[in-house]
Amino acid sequence: MSFPWANHYEPQHPFMRYMDEKLPLPRFIYNAIGGGYPVPRNLNYFWNFGVLSGAALMLQIITGIVLAMHFAANSGVAFDSVEHIMRDVNSGWLMRYAHANGASMFFIVVYVHIFRGLFYGSYKPPREVVWLLGIVIFLLMMATAFMGYVLPWGQMSFWGAKVITGLFGAIPVVGEPIQTWLLGGFSPDNAALNRFFSLHYLLPFVILGVVILHVWALHIPGSSNPTGVPVKSEEDTVPFHPYYTAKDGFGLGVFLIVFATLVFFAPNFLGEPDNYIKANPMSTPANIVPEWYFWPFYAILRAFTFDFFFVPAKLLGVLAMFASILLLLFLPWIDTSPVRSGSYRPLFKKFFWFGLVPCIIVLGYCGGSHATNGVVLVSQLASVYYFAHFLIILPIVSRIEKTLPLPNSITESVLGAPAVA
Amino acid sequence: MAAVETDATGAGHEEDGVRRRDFINLAATSFAGVGAVAIALPLVNQMNPSADVLALASIEVDISKIPVGSAIKTEFRKQPLFVRHLNPEEIKAAEDTKVDSLRDPQSLEDRTKGKKEWLVTMGVCTHLGCVPLGAGAGELKGEFGGYFCPCHGSHYDTAGRIMKGPAPKNLEVPEYAFASDTVIKVG
Repeated sequence: MSFPWANHYEPQHPFMRYMDEKLPLPRFIYNAIGGGYPVPRNLNYFWNFGVLSGAALMLQIITGIVLAMHFAANSGVAFDSVEHIMRDVNSGWLMRYAHANGASMFFIVVYVHIFRGLFYGSYKPPREVVWLLGIVIFLLMMATAFMGYVLPWGQMSFWGAKVITGLFGAIPVVGEPIQTWLLGGFSPDNAALNRFFSLHYLLPFVILGVVILHVWALHIPGSSNPTGVPVKSEEDTVPFHPYYTAKDGFGLGVFLIVFATLVFFAPNFLGEPDNYIKANPMSTPANIVPEWYFWPFYAILRAFTFDFFFVPAKLLGVLAMFASILLLLFLPWIDTSPVRSGSYRPLFKKFFWFGLVPCIIVLGYCGGSHATNGVVLVSQLASVYYFAHFLIILPIVSRIEKTLPLPNSITESVLGAPAVA
Repeated sequence: MAAVETDATGAGHEEDGVRRRDFINLAATSFAGVGAVAIALPLVNQMNPSADVLALASIEVDISKIPVGSAIKTEFRKQPLFVRHLNPEEIKAAEDTKVDSLRDPQSLEDRTKGKKEWLVTMGVCTHLGCVPLGAGAGELKGEFGGYFCPCHGSHYDTAGRIMKGPAPKNLEVPEYAFASDTVIKVG
C-alpha cells in the first residue's frame, strides 16, 4: 500500500517503457526507495540506521565473498590461511579488517536501529510484523556472527565454539546428543569448522531475504516518525527520493568515516588478542569472552550461579539468555500505551534513559569483564532489572502514565499550530 | 474399464460421505510425507560424528610413569583426559567427604575401577567445557585440592567431584578398563 498521493512511476525512455511492460523492476524500486514512497517529513537522524544496517549487510556480503576465495575451512590450515590472507593475499589485510570491523559496525547500527524502535514505539501496531521480522533478523545475525568468529580457528574461536555449543548441552536429556550433532564430534574440530563455514556463507543471504520481507512489511503502513502521529495528509510526507536518499547519503558518509577510522587506525581495537593464538583444545584462555556485541547476553548467562527449585544453574542461565531476546517478540503486546512515541511519555522516557539504557551498558561491561564475585552480583542485579523493565515496569507505566498532548498532525509538529484566523 | 469402475464403486462411497478422491488425496499426501521424512533423515544424520571421528574413540594410556601424587593430561576424543595417581592423603580426603552432602553424590569407589589410587576423568569442566587446572605441575588445584576451573570458578575435590561453583556435575569418568597393571584402555 502507499498513500493515494504517492508519485506515479512514468517511464520516459522507450527502453524503460519496454522494461516496465516485461519486468517492472524499475517500478518496484521507484515505489520502494524512490520518489514513489511517501515518507513523513519529520524523520530525525535516528531514522538513518535502517538504511545503514542494509549498507553494513552489503559490505559484509561483499568482503565475505572475497575472503571465502582465500580461506581454507580445514582445522589443520584454517588459522594459517587467515594469516595468509593477512600477509600474502593482495589487499587481503584490508578485506579481513573490513570484514571483522564491518561486523562490529553492523551491530552498532543495528543496536541503534533497535533502540530507535524501542524509544519511538515503532514496534506497536500497525508495524508489529515489521518488529517481529526485525527480531528474526537479529537472531540470524547473532548466529552468523558467532559462526564467522569461529572460522579463523584461534583460541577464542575454539573456546567460544565450545562454550556456546555447550549451552545446548544444558538442555535436559537431549542436550548432549544435540551438542554432538551440532559439532559433528565430541568437541569442536574439522567437522564443526566446515559446517560453520557453510552456514556462515548461507545465512547472510537468508538475512537478506528476511530484510526484504522487513522492508516489504514496513511499506504497507509506511514509516513511523518521531511524533508517532500517523500520516494524515499529503503535506505530512515528502518523497523518499530525493529527500531521504540525500539524508541517508549523509548518514552513510559519517558511517564510512567511523568505519574507515576503525579499519585503518585501530583494526584490532574491538578484537581479542587471544584469537591470534592458534586453537589449542588442551589449554583454555584465562578469560573466555565473546565479541563486544554479545557481552550483555553473556552477562545474563553468567548471572545464574544458583539452582532454582529443580532447574540447575547452567540451564537457568541459558534459558535466561534466550528469553532476554525472545521477550522482545512480545513487546508489541506488553506495551499497551496508546501513545507511540517516547517523546510524549514522560514516565516511559525516564525508565528508558535512566533504567533500560544504563542497565544494558552495565550488563555489557560485566559480560566483558572477568567473572569475579562483584561482577557477578552486579550482573544479577542488572539482569533482574532487564526482565523487570519489560515484564513489570512497562505494563504498569502503560497503564498509569499521564501522557503529554500530541500534536494534531506531523506538519503541525514541524511548523507549529496554524494561527487562529 | 475405468468407466465401469466408476459406476460400480463411486456411487456406493458417496452415500457414506467418503469419495474415492478423498482417499486418493489422503494416500498421496501421506506417501509424500513419508518420502519427505525419508529424505530428511540422511540430511539430519550427516551432521552426526563421522566414522573417522568415532574411530578416534578408543586410546591406550601407559600409566607406569605417573608418580604418586601427580597427574598427566592426555587427549581422548580430541578432549583433554586427566589421569591422576592419588596419594594416600588425597584418597583419605576423598573418602572422608560425606557423599550425601555432595551436589552430584558419588563416592571415590564409584568413580574408580577397583584401584582407588587411579582417578581417570575428562579434563572438561561440566559447566561450559573449559579445561580445569590441577593436572599439570604447579597448577592451582582449588580449595579442595583437586581441580579448579579458571573460567567461572568451579572447584573439584581429589575425586574430581564438584564442591563449589557453577558446574552442575562431577568431572566425567570415561569408560575405561585396566588392560594390564600399567596400561589403561579408554573408550
